[in-house]
Amino acid sequence: MSKKIAPDDISAEVRLELYRTQVRLREAEQRAFDLFLQNLVKGTSHLSLGQEAIAAGFAVAMQKGDLSFCTYRGHAHTLARGVPVEKVLGELMSRDNGLMRGKGGSMHLTSVEHGVMGSYAIIGAHLPIACGAAWRAQYRGDSDVSVCFFGDGTTNIGAFHEALNFAAIWKLPVVFVCENNLYMEYTPIADVTAVEHPAADRAAAYGLERIIIDGNDADEVLRTARSAYERARRGDGPSLIEAMTYRHSGHSRADPAKYRPEGELERWKERDPIKMYRARLLKLGVSETVLNAIEQEIKDEIEAATVACKAAPPPSTDIIFTDVYADGGWAWRN
Amino acid sequence: MDILMPQLGETVTEGTVSLWVKSVGDTVQPGDPLFEIETDKSSMEIPATCAGVLTEIRVQKGVVVAVGTVVAIITETATSGQRDSLPSAAPVPAAGSIIAPAVAVGVQRQLDPHQAVVTPSEHYGPGRRADGVAITPLARRLASVAGMDLSQLKGTGPKGRITARDVAASDTKPSAKPVFASGAVVSDIVALYADVPHDVLPLDGMRKAIARRLLESKQTIPHFYLTVPVFLDALNTLRADANTALSERADGQKLSVTDLIIKALAVALQQVPEANVIWAEDRILQLRRADIGIAVAIEGGLVTPVIRDVGSKSVTTVSAELKALASRARGRKLQPAEYQGGSIAISNLGMFGVQEFSAIINPPQSAILAVGAAQRVAVETDTGGVGFASQMTVTLSCDHRAIDGAVGARLLAAFKSAIEHPLRLFVQF
Amino acid sequence: MAELTYRDAVARGIAQEMARDPDVVLIGEDIAKAGGVFKATVGLYEQFGPRRVRDTPISEQAILGAAMGAAMTGLKPIAEIMFADFAAVCWDYFANEFPKSRYMTNGQVKTPLVVRLGNGGGARFGAQHSQSVENWCMMIPGLKVVVPSSPVDVIGLMAAAVRDPDPVIFLEHKSLYATKGEVPDGEIVDTLGTAKILRHGKDATILALALMVPRALEAAHRLHAEHGIDCEVIDVRSLVPLDTQTILASVARTHRVFTVEENPRLCGWGAELMSIIADEAFYDLDGPLVRITTPHIPLPAADVLEDLVIPSSARIVETVLRTLSN
Repeated sequence: MSKKIAPDDISAEVRLELYRTQVRLREAEQRAFDLFLQNLVKGTSHLSLGQEAIAAGFAVAMQKGDLSFCTYRGHAHTLARGVPVEKVLGELMSRDNGLMRGKGGSMHLTSVEHGVMGSYAIIGAHLPIACGAAWRAQYRGDSDVSVCFFGDGTTNIGAFHEALNFAAIWKLPVVFVCENNLYMEYTPIADVTAVEHPAADRAAAYGLERIIIDGNDADEVLRTARSAYERARRGDGPSLIEAMTYRHSGHSRADPAKYRPEGELERWKERDPIKMYRARLLKLGVSETVLNAIEQEIKDEIEAATVACKAAPPPSTDIIFTDVYADGGWAWRN
Repeated sequence: MDILMPQLGETVTEGTVSLWVKSVGDTVQPGDPLFEIETDKSSMEIPATCAGVLTEIRVQKGVVVAVGTVVAIITETATSGQRDSLPSAAPVPAAGSIIAPAVAVGVQRQLDPHQAVVTPSEHYGPGRRADGVAITPLARRLASVAGMDLSQLKGTGPKGRITARDVAASDTKPSAKPVFASGAVVSDIVALYADVPHDVLPLDGMRKAIARRLLESKQTIPHFYLTVPVFLDALNTLRADANTALSERADGQKLSVTDLIIKALAVALQQVPEANVIWAEDRILQLRRADIGIAVAIEGGLVTPVIRDVGSKSVTTVSAELKALASRARGRKLQPAEYQGGSIAISNLGMFGVQEFSAIINPPQSAILAVGAAQRVAVETDTGGVGFASQMTVTLSCDHRAIDGAVGARLLAAFKSAIEHPLRLFVQF
Repeated sequence: MAELTYRDAVARGIAQEMARDPDVVLIGEDIAKAGGVFKATVGLYEQFGPRRVRDTPISEQAILGAAMGAAMTGLKPIAEIMFADFAAVCWDYFANEFPKSRYMTNGQVKTPLVVRLGNGGGARFGAQHSQSVENWCMMIPGLKVVVPSSPVDVIGLMAAAVRDPDPVIFLEHKSLYATKGEVPDGEIVDTLGTAKILRHGKDATILALALMVPRALEAAHRLHAEHGIDCEVIDVRSLVPLDTQTILASVARTHRVFTVEENPRLCGWGAELMSIIADEAFYDLDGPLVRITTPHIPLPAADVLEDLVIPSSARIVETVLRTLSN
């Protein structure tokens, strides 16, 4: 640990954790892409390359017991809460060692143990669900916060509006995070939204503060997250945060993202969150050695996970008829 | 309104009026106790079901009458014409009770989750006769079970369809009906147990065959039974010696008591050939070799594979063959040639601790030997003292049409002798 | 023993469970101080307070989503959808979210919630407020579906539904709210997946649900009194889990089956039951399987029109008579 890091509201440990987390998310996601090219990742996958700072910042600021809800673009959010890389890759590769043994797939990554209360494939569905978890906390007097991640496209679906209104009137301890990566799916968000900032410009409609942040600056994300969590734990109700970012790959792997204007991707890659954070850490006095060590550790972790997943068997077919109901079975008749 | 002697219970055919609660001339309301009856199963108070005056008692206290007999007459009053009460609300439990659960749904009946229905495995023919007349599925089943020829039936259902009623009306062979002696039908049995938690086990081919053949056996073969105790000590010594010698063999084969019993029975049949017979309605076939069946319990039932010409085979050969047949039996791989025919069969329930039992003859055989468990018993020694011996009890069931008492007794005696003097298994005395 | 209306039985069933378990909570539109638009939740706000009995905005998706999130994290919510037709407004939760969560997450997530809906016609509300949607719910793997026809069943099945760890859709019939029935004192807990034989008979089996149950009973009475046809009437009560055994046992006795369904013709709940019967009980059948249903049209609003399309006891009598006679 370098003695030269300038003291401010974010400790050296936290900064290193932010860096480590972002690197892990990046390396894991990149590996997922590579495995897809090798035909080892099945089905569909939605990558969040380039959006790591948001997942990392909000996750690092959480306390144990806080709950997160995210969309089908959820690998990063799942990994950021501490779910082992092997379990995530295993699920993507449809192996028995996967997080849900292959029953859910990439779009539904869930680890209740880590507070990852689901990745949701129906746009907007999880916003009211996050309200419900927050309602339970309020009802019982628990101090945990529910954090709900979604994209800019979600702000135009009915459930978004119902959830925001609901959370506001009941003053629920829920934090809504809109990752505005500028594209709905294949369409620029600006073309389909009546206001410029799809989340922040709707906040007033629900009596909430307009918050727009640079989603590629992990420190800014962390500070915003802390503030929103404190507000929620105090009982002052929900927050709606719009974090500006950009995704480096297409909507899903099937999408080469040819709809992007010339030069846009390159410009955003200049603002790659990890590149920027690394530079900041060096400036703050963290040594190259430390950062290289972190990077190598992560690379080794990803490699070990990949090897383990490639060796893992496919899921046993006898799990097909399990866990439809609480009794563990599927029986709908006697 | 005629008051009838009711049927209390499936197998009850009569009842006795044990008490008249009301007398002639009494006014009765629905629900008033009218009389009491006793059957061979229970006694019960019978209420009136209509309003009126008890005008006639036809059966006095203490008299036994058949079920359905008119025991009294109630002359109904003008307002009592309605026999069916208005539909009541759903049945309601007693105060303060918790409604007990009915059949637990979670109980899996081994449903294949892909279909989740149990399609009938047995089929009862086409839905249309050659002349185009339709036959309901139920009618087809009833006709098939009754062995009825559908081509002769006239249908009274819509568009001339043959229905269950038509099959029932046509059924002239009482013994072939799927009914019970008391007149109960399958649906009555099912209804009787409707509220008892149970699983329904459909009948597979083996179970149906067992039911059919053994019913036929008991109904048509005049069985008689002969029982002897058989001392096993000599046989056990021989077996121990044999198995010690056999332990040298690479395949680890050992002789069981059953192997030796089979051989002993073959020897006995050789000595009493009059017991090695098959009843063939108008003649008796006296077999010249002993083909001995041995009952093997398998999952869901039993089969009786036959070892052919036991007399010409060594005990070790018999033992190996029995093992192979039993294994094939358990795997349900026996061919008809392996279980049909035979002179006689052996059923051994000794391994379950059964001391003694009588088995049912497997037609077309004329006898079967039931073997019980070996026990230590106290016996008088030659010197007048008391010693212990190993003894098992065997019972020979015989078909009296083909085997008379003395013949059966001689067969048993020869068997006993062969077991108790096991040299006879190898040397013809 | 007391005589209770079906609507009062709803409140009593919920109260019974809320008194027993502090994690049971109730949300919906106008259910608190107003006691519900059908007055089915009267008294609960007074008894349990605003923390446990909470009004929501007109936000069906938020209502169900919140119920799901609360159930996932430890509460036992009962959520009301005022008219069963509105299930279509929040169908994502019925079809995609709560029934699939446990399975997709390999058993990690649980959703022990109850959704109550005001189901069925006969109240002249018109096509979008009169539908019976039990068949929509029956089709989704992972849901349980319960349809009580009497006050005592409302209480017992409500208790069973609340105590069940799976998501249960509880369909209350709007036209039965005013009907009365005997209810014993004390706690009442029934079992999901159990049908009830309300009338024993030997000539035919009639399967019915909810409002069709009293109509089937009335028809059976008339069939017996006027035509000597003795029908067995079964209140199916629970579509999922389904008490197939009671139904098949009845078919084995009577050999003729009818269903009386308030759903429109195609894919009503009876279609599935008849399919199971035609398969497993094929050789018990002495005649075709006949479904008595509402036609496949939207429901008209006017009273004389609505009464002609929803199966009446007269139509049941006429159909059974025509089918069973030559």
